Amino acid sequence: MKNLKYLVLGVLFGIILTKSEVISWFRIQEMFRFQAFHMYGVIGSAIVVGLISIQLIKRNRLKTINGEEIKLTDKQYNHGTWIGGTIFGLGWALTGACPGPLFAQLGSGVAAAAVMVLAALAGTWTYSALREKLPM
Amino acid sequence: MLELLRQPWPWYVAGPLIGLTVPALLLIGNKALGISSSLRHVCAACMPAGIPFLTYDWRKEIWNLFFVLGIGIGGFIGYRLMGHPDTIAISADTVRDLKTQMGLTDFSGLLPKELFALENLANWKGWVFMVLGGFLVGFGTRYAGGCTSGHAISGLSNLQWVSLVAVIGFFAGGLLLTWVIYPLLF
Repeated sequence: MKNLKYLVLGVLFGIILTKSEVISWFRIQEMFRFQAFHMYGVIGSAIVVGLISIQLIKRNRLKTINGEEIKLTDKQYNHGTWIGGTIFGLGWALTGACPGPLFAQLGSGVAAAAVMVLAALAGTWTYSALREKLPM
Repeated sequence: MLELLRQPWPWYVAGPLIGLTVPALLLIGNKALGISSSLRHVCAACMPAGIPFLTYDWRKEIWNLFFVLGIGIGGFIGYRLMGHPDTIAISADTVRDLKTQMGLTDFSGLLPKELFALENLANWKGWVFMVLGGFLVGFGTRYAGGCTSGHAISGLSNLQWVSLVAVIGFFAGGLLLTWVIYPLLF
């Protein structure tokens, strides 16, 4: 079962999100109001550790456990990067959750998360349908 | 140690662990951390409706759905089995502001019940916070090509300037809502 390792890593990721309380609407409000360092500490230290890890992978030309070359693809810019980013930001401040925390909330038994995940699916579907008409 | 794990984890424990997920996914399977893509895969699997952006072999990306299923299970373990405080210890300033500006009184749980209890779907609050909020998350992340995990953590870790633009957008939207739109709503 080659996908089991992703499930296990997902479980660990979900536990970390939950135990650090980043899945809380209150924490997100605290962040957008600049009233605590917690969220900035979580996101900032995650980026620093991720950055060092990627540098180590690149410099040592590390391979995957299956011996494949590690591929890092560059993200492509279009106007959606900032327009979509801002739209997501509005949603983030309303729901107090980005997609990862939404799934963790769902697992923790928050009924509202089911509504929000369905609404998020509707949002992604609507974007997909309108994509050709949106500024890019 | 066990007792320590049951307490809320400080940022300097959780942040580095989240950061390590980036190399872990690369090393175990050449995958880039990103969670909002799962929403697209579910749409492609359940309701492609002939839309070109949803017509692709989502089964090739099924690892992402396993990862997300894991996050849900992790939420259950982390919250239900490992314990949690009744009220999250947020800053006293935030409590004061949410009381005076938004009229919140109940600070227990992960989300304020005065906005997110399902009964609120009978009034504007539930529709704005849950339905519109969720919709904007799903629409915006795909339009931007990623969310906090794909852009802020994975993208910035790999020094992608595109991700920096996206993250500035995330904060612009969040600050606009918190500082300009909330005061208009309440």
